[in-house]
Amino acid sequence: MITHTVTKTIKEETVIESLQIMIDALPVLLQGMWLTVLITVISLAIALVIGLVLGIFSITQNKILRGISTFYVDAIRGTPILVQILFIYFGLPAATDLSLNAFTAGIIAISINAGAYLVEIFRAGINSIDKGQMEAGRTLGFSYGETMRLIILPQAVKRMIPAIVNQFIVSIKDTSILSVIGIAELTMSGQSIYANNFRAFEILFMVGVLYFVIVYSLTLFARWLERRLDVA
Amino acid sequence: MIKIKNLKKSFGELEVLKDMNVEVKPQEVVCVIGPSGSGKSTFLRCINRLEEPTGGSIYIEGNDITDPGNNINEMRKNLGMVFQQFNLFPHMTVLQNITTAPKRLNGKSQAEADKLGKQLLEKVGLADKADVYPDNLSGGQKQRAAIARALAMEPSIMLFDEPTSALDPEMVGDVLEVMKSLAKEGMTMIIVTHEMGFAREVADRVIFMDGGYIVEEGNPQDLFDNPQEKRTQDFLSKVL
Repeated sequence: MITHTVTKTIKEETVIESLQIMIDALPVLLQGMWLTVLITVISLAIALVIGLVLGIFSITQNKILRGISTFYVDAIRGTPILVQILFIYFGLPAATDLSLNAFTAGIIAISINAGAYLVEIFRAGINSIDKGQMEAGRTLGFSYGETMRLIILPQAVKRMIPAIVNQFIVSIKDTSILSVIGIAELTMSGQSIYANNFRAFEILFMVGVLYFVIVYSLTLFARWLERRLDVA
Repeated sequence: MIKIKNLKKSFGELEVLKDMNVEVKPQEVVCVIGPSGSGKSTFLRCINRLEEPTGGSIYIEGNDITDPGNNINEMRKNLGMVFQQFNLFPHMTVLQNITTAPKRLNGKSQAEADKLGKQLLEKVGLADKADVYPDNLSGGQKQRAAIARALAMEPSIMLFDEPTSALDPEMVGDVLEVMKSLAKEGMTMIIVTHEMGFAREVADRVIFMDGGYIVEEGNPQDLFDNPQEKRTQDFLSKVL
């Protein structure tokens, strides 16, 4: 009876202590989370532009543009993101005068990595639109670009949203690898805390929760967006 | 109005059009008939360069549409086209389908374009469908909306590529009625069709194509009742 009460108290104390450690870590972790969100937003905005432009390259008649697009996609998809990050941060300065700070290198790495996968999403999305839509637009007198913008892309993007969101989620989580080049994003912030207090369980649990919050917010936003586009 | 000289079109090794020569006068209604694979759709699609001709020239009101120096987008405004599969824009309402091009390309204001769009919908019998999305229309209604969309650019020539071939039989009549009234108003039309009754009634001239050639052409009475060529006789005996 007595021992039972004692263990229970010890357990309660442990839980309270753990919670305290998590709460104490929160300000630093939130700073890291902010950096993760910032890198993600900037990188994915750039990646969308890459995806759209090279996606259109990949469906043109022009062999050179198609070649550029294919080479880029194959090169990026064929190599690990960790190698890409290290190459941009350590490899490029070693061979050229170009020296990037970690933040810029990180954004470039995530952008070109996500961009390659988005090229494929855009290509497939545009190709999924019936050829007759382009013909109908062109026969009315619209140019190729106008038809793309007014008729093809609005339909294609709607179909691409689930795949784009999926890639965004992958890329958000990929930013955690940027810790290897010393960017104080969410994962790195966590590492620096448990390096001092040795409470890896509590800290990494909180890091996981905060990643989940970012990803789940995006998921909810995507569901809302899909519903809204469905009405139109 | 349209003058086609020595038009040729090959897809790789396959020669689909071999030396086509056609002239169409203003307000003339020309129906193109023939077995499938005879090149009649390709012929029509060459006229607005949806297919790039491999040889010859196509003069639309004096301008060669195959000349790279001519602005193809400008020239296409004058050539309305109606497709077998309608190709309405599913993300726009019926009215937006009609008004987008005149607004963006012909400098019409929203109000002018809407007014024109509603007049055209009235004309094709879809006045109550302006704010409906194409997915909620029947096949015949879709095709009439597509005709209205093409007319909104105020073209002087209309091209029809088997406009009733994808329709249920009971929908065909409404679409043909709209085309008849267009013909009566004096629209210059080239129609690829399998509707022999329609061709006989509406066409000023019927062209029978087979194997990439014009085998025979003439006014509908002569061609349907008294075909001169063996191939025309064979074809008509199968379809009439």
